[in-house]
Amino acid sequence: MPLAEVVGSTAAIGYGLAAIGPGVGVGLVFAAYIQSTARQPEAARITQPFLWIGFAVVEVLALLGIAFGFIWAGAPVG
Amino acid sequence: MTGQTAVLAADVPFPPSVGDFYLPSIVPWGGHDSWFTKITLMLWLSVAILIIFFLVAYRKPQLVPDKKQWLAESIYGFVRNNIAVEMIGKEGVRFAPYLATLFSFIFMMNLWGIIPFFQISPNSHIAFPIILALISWVMFIYLGFKKHGIGYLKIALVPPAPWFILPILVPIEFFSNFIVRPFSLAIRLFANMFAGHMLLLVFTLGGFAMINANLWLAPVSVLSWLMTIALTFLDFAIIALQAYVFTVLTASYIQGSLAEGH
Repeated sequence: MPLAEVVGSTAAIGYGLAAIGPGVGVGLVFAAYIQSTARQPEAARITQPFLWIGFAVVEVLALLGIAFGFIWAGAPVG
Repeated sequence: MTGQTAVLAADVPFPPSVGDFYLPSIVPWGGHDSWFTKITLMLWLSVAILIIFFLVAYRKPQLVPDKKQWLAESIYGFVRNNIAVEMIGKEGVRFAPYLATLFSFIFMMNLWGIIPFFQISPNSHIAFPIILALISWVMFIYLGFKKHGIGYLKIALVPPAPWFILPILVPIEFFSNFIVRPFSLAIRLFANMFAGHMLLLVFTLGGFAMINANLWLAPVSVLSWLMTIALTFLDFAIIALQAYVFTVLTASYIQGSLAEGH
């Protein structure tokens, strides 16, 4: 006899799990930028493009999670 | 509940789905299977607005610029100095026109996502980001082969590493440089716009769904709609950021193709 039952799409749980990594990653990227800027304020302009590149590269993982959730929504459940 | 709200709330589909992105045709003479949708209209409008704006702004260039000329020069100057020259170096100036066009086009296309009565970005259909990413992809590969000839393959694929690790590294480099790059460029822009629109839909329709379910939930509905307004501002930040990121990454790929080997 099942004690509990999950109804609806488990994609929401999957996406929650998938967002952990990029969440930590984006946090690290900005933490590193803030720290480097605090240590050497003149370097703020120099490192800024790399901040955004790093942010974008990490963030795309979370966005892949959103996209694939919908792409595989119609896939047959095994 | 007022009459209008009742009508609005009567058939609110919740939760929103992918189907909400496929808009009906808007040709005035009917015909629901025509290709001319709001998305098409917004695409044409973006192109027209950008062409007309930059033509008008530069019609009579003056030493002391007026407002229009100042805005156009700021956009171009920003892309030229802060993206092209900073990422690529002195050579970057010759890519500044393309990068500025790319930046303003993506920004305009994204901006439809928060303009009232339009409120969906054409970039939330992956067809548009894919074409933009393909242009960048073909461009940086072409530039690499033009500058280094067949040696570009060595620069792009063979990192400076001990020989025994190369059998693993070369496939990884190939995968990340030639396959993942265009794919991630397109997905990033698409998914941001898609998720932005989805968030606005969830909070707007969620407000209606709650007020519909139980009148005592009306305060929560109001909270939900206030959240929509806050999210619209967040969306604006994301819109500008994604236009910038797409342009910076394109510039960085071009820089990688033009750089002297390792």
